Amino acid sequence: MNDTRDDLVLRAEGITRIFNLGKTDVRALRGVDLLVRRGEMLAVMGASGSGKSTLMNILGCLDYPTAGSYSLDGARVDTLSKDALADIRNLKIGFVFQGFNLLPRTTALCNVELPLLYDRRGRRLDTRRLAAKALERVGLGDRLDHQPNELSGGQQQRVAIARALVTQPAILLADEPTGNLDNSTTVEICALFQELNDQGITIVLVTHEDDVAQYARRIVKMRDGRIVSDRPVLDRRLAHDDLQRLEEAA
Amino acid sequence: MKTANLIKVAAESIRKNRMRTLLTMLGIIIGVGAVILMVAVGEGARSRIRQQVDDLGTNMIVITPGASSQGGVSQGAGSLNRLTLDDAETLRREGFLISAVSPVILAPAQAVGGEGNWRTLVTGVSTDYPIIRDWQVDSGRYFDSNDERSMRKVAVIGRTVAEALFPGSDPVGERIRLRNVPFEIIGVLAEKGQTAQGSDQDDVVLAPYTTVNTRLSGRTFIAQILASTHSPDDLPAAQEEIGLILRQSHSLADREDDDFTVRNQTDLAEAAEGTTEVMTLLLAAIASISLVVGGIGIMNIMLVSVTERTREIGLRLAVGARGQDVLSQFLVESLVMSVLGGLIGVVLGFGSATLLGRLTGWSTTINPESVALALIFSAAVGIFFGFYPARKAAALDPIQALRYE
Repeated sequence: MNDTRDDLVLRAEGITRIFNLGKTDVRALRGVDLLVRRGEMLAVMGASGSGKSTLMNILGCLDYPTAGSYSLDGARVDTLSKDALADIRNLKIGFVFQGFNLLPRTTALCNVELPLLYDRRGRRLDTRRLAAKALERVGLGDRLDHQPNELSGGQQQRVAIARALVTQPAILLADEPTGNLDNSTTVEICALFQELNDQGITIVLVTHEDDVAQYARRIVKMRDGRIVSDRPVLDRRLAHDDLQRLEEAA
Repeated sequence: MKTANLIKVAAESIRKNRMRTLLTMLGIIIGVGAVILMVAVGEGARSRIRQQVDDLGTNMIVITPGASSQGGVSQGAGSLNRLTLDDAETLRREGFLISAVSPVILAPAQAVGGEGNWRTLVTGVSTDYPIIRDWQVDSGRYFDSNDERSMRKVAVIGRTVAEALFPGSDPVGERIRLRNVPFEIIGVLAEKGQTAQGSDQDDVVLAPYTTVNTRLSGRTFIAQILASTHSPDDLPAAQEEIGLILRQSHSLADREDDDFTVRNQTDLAEAAEGTTEVMTLLLAAIASISLVVGGIGIMNIMLVSVTERTREIGLRLAVGARGQDVLSQFLVESLVMSVLGGLIGVVLGFGSATLLGRLTGWSTTINPESVALALIFSAAVGIFFGFYPARKAAALDPIQALRYE
């Protein structure tokens, strides 16, 4: 794999995050170094309280590190203002959440369109068309006008993934994306992630399920605010095959 | 976010919560509607008064007994009714600038004759009265100085009395009894309509003041003396002159206040207009309180909405909304709500003013200023009361907002 700096999408060095809770300081992250190259699919694992959510918030530019430096797509972001961070989130990051976080009583198309409405580059965007394209990409081309309550959990998560993709971000951050889904839907969503990754999209996902992590190319394990292991997945599983097996069994 | 998108988002949210939005807007709707209605009624009354003043002719002078409040302390009841027929006579004789004078003696009476009887106001006046009031007879004739001098029992009746007692026929030459005294009807007055206060001017029987004063038994009193000048320019000087003549004939010492009041028609109209204006302002002020209450309603709902949509706000922040965007979104939402409410209120006020005019016969005037003012005010209410909830939404931390249950 190419190792030049240009290929780094994400470069975090010595990330520390201390929460000040009155008298006591909680050290959620104690110096995390993490490099993610373009095209990687990384799973961050760890028990609750290990700091993986805090790390995700910082990587997602929702929070600032107390110390350390963080570059996204080749540019320092830990020194930026709040508004500039909002713009970075809009342009470079696609979020997928455990709870989908779709706007209720709003069509899939409008949900996916949402990030484009906050686009500040002044481009004249055909937001409808881009949103429709993103939905086609996740296999929901025929569900554009459906509202979240008319969609299954898996479909809702697909809409959320389309929403994350619509701005063509540098990285897709997924926080427990399969936490609310049943087994077969989990495999389905993982298949979608693998498919997108094969198309060149960089994905970082946080999970505590070993099965899900096995679909990634690399697994980072955290404990007590530190990375305790960082290794590639040797016998990577393919979600498509698993899906076929599940269908045959049923 | 672009303005068009902001309005789109606000419209979406309002569409999704139709019932709630309507109830929230109700305060503004009622407030604006009430302001429009009140101002319309007030304006209608004012323009009507002005129209009646123009109808009356502006060079009429009204002398009433008792001092006006402008003179300071009221003179008390004992000093009232100090106008006499002699005063009218003196004015006629000595007034230099006055072209016509008529006492007005009022005698409420039952008029019996023709088809039945009718409670009306018998008014004893001089031959100058039709000149002063600019009021002609439709049929028959007005009484002349001969009738006046010989105290003839002749009467000129108003349109209302004519229609009540002699429907469908010409009453000239007929007889009616007023307080049991028979009078001959010699003329019918032209229709005059209502006064600004809403009383019917045509419900009247005019007779020579000499006759009313001597032939009618029971209580009569001189309500006022009317006078007029040749031209409106003479009015101030004529009023001055009347004052001097009356002070002299009432033998008032220099330090004593007038025991009468001299006003011209414009003064009266201005006083009446002033009253309606104060009433209009008062009513509009009361109505605008409901606008403020409506604003508090909006704030209340917006606060609920911010709490309810915490996760949505978190999501918007996560996908790239700045605090500013969220602030504008909620501000625009409350603005759209209040302006929409204002517009509905304007339509409602307009409709109810028209309906009220139809039902009661009051004239109502919608003036564009009050519409503009009501709309601007409701927009201001929306921004003012929407700001606090909007700022609360904008200040949310995206991480906590996303996790909010």
